[in-house]
Amino acid sequence: MSELDLNGINNMQYDVLREIGNIGAGNATTALSQMINARVSMNVPKVELLEFKELSDIVGGAEKIVVGILFTLGGDIDGMMMFMMDKVASMHLVNILLGNLQQSEPTDDTEFSEMGLSALNEIGNIISGAYLSSLSSLTNLTITSSIPYMAIDMAGAILSVPAIEFGKIGDRALLIETEFGDMDNYVNGYFILIPTLNSYSAILKSLGL
Amino acid sequence: MNNTIKVGMADANVCKPPDVITTLGLGSCVGIVLYDPVKKIAGLVHIMLPDSTKIINNSNKYKFADTGIDTIIQDMASLGAIKRNLVAKIAGGAQMFSFNNNLEMMRIGERNVEATKNKLKKLGIPLLAEDTGANYGRTIEFYPETGLLHIRSVGKDRKIL
Repeated sequence: MSELDLNGINNMQYDVLREIGNIGAGNATTALSQMINARVSMNVPKVELLEFKELSDIVGGAEKIVVGILFTLGGDIDGMMMFMMDKVASMHLVNILLGNLQQSEPTDDTEFSEMGLSALNEIGNIISGAYLSSLSSLTNLTITSSIPYMAIDMAGAILSVPAIEFGKIGDRALLIETEFGDMDNYVNGYFILIPTLNSYSAILKSLGL
Repeated sequence: MNNTIKVGMADANVCKPPDVITTLGLGSCVGIVLYDPVKKIAGLVHIMLPDSTKIINNSNKYKFADTGIDTIIQDMASLGAIKRNLVAKIAGGAQMFSFNNNLEMMRIGERNVEATKNKLKKLGIPLLAEDTGANYGRTIEFYPETGLLHIRSVGKDRKIL
């Protein structure tokens, strides 16, 4: 049973998708933790089938200002991977990484330096790479990823990009979402994996389902 | 009492004064406001894709520019709006990411705007104002009392159309 029907995902399929999120995000979180040399924990991944109008609720509302780093996926699976952080959290992350700890408390209006933006892009690259490579070795599927595309804007506006891709095939989006954060919740964000419907079937099939 | 009516992605609603109708965080989608200035009835539809005829699964009419506009006009008519009074204001259709290898994905915002304009033209509904394109998200609020569309974006001044 490898066909995935958006209207009737069974428990087994949910569990497997959640486990994929677990392994992928686990690796990504480890990579992040090594980079900032601090403990980063993550919650249990959620596999959610959402209507488009509910989509931006998962990251705390359509108007929340976030940094979204998007990768388009290729190879044996198609889709998108998005690494999303609160703007303020991402500034904390960049400050930790670049050792700018003396700087004043960032706010939504603080601008990134060019160095900061480039560091952030690279962080996105490394941890999404960790996510995807673990997914790839788990499933034995070849997964290639584009260069990172970054945008800093309202969550709803950023999520509209993957939503539109899903809109072409259905009225809902299926995504695997994991929230992570360090102990002080200083640096928190989300990994969102959004394969196309066919790719979900490919993933499930590769795992013998 | 004045309520703010929220419209989500691929969703629509209608509104009369003193209420306000809004959609948050428009990216490549387009927010289309239709307004009957005589009856002061407004409709807002948040479309995601240009053309329902190109997509097999098109049960949600509000997802597309063509069927979205048709359906919101019906919704407004049932509230008493008259089709020949209608005027339009639109916002959105941004290109959020600068994809360099995927032309189709890159132009989706632009195509949404084009499709919206074509549809309005076909129906003979005048487009009074627009704030479309560029690379940033928009939150829009429409006040049927005044007929004004307020647009907010990150790090930019509020625009009133």
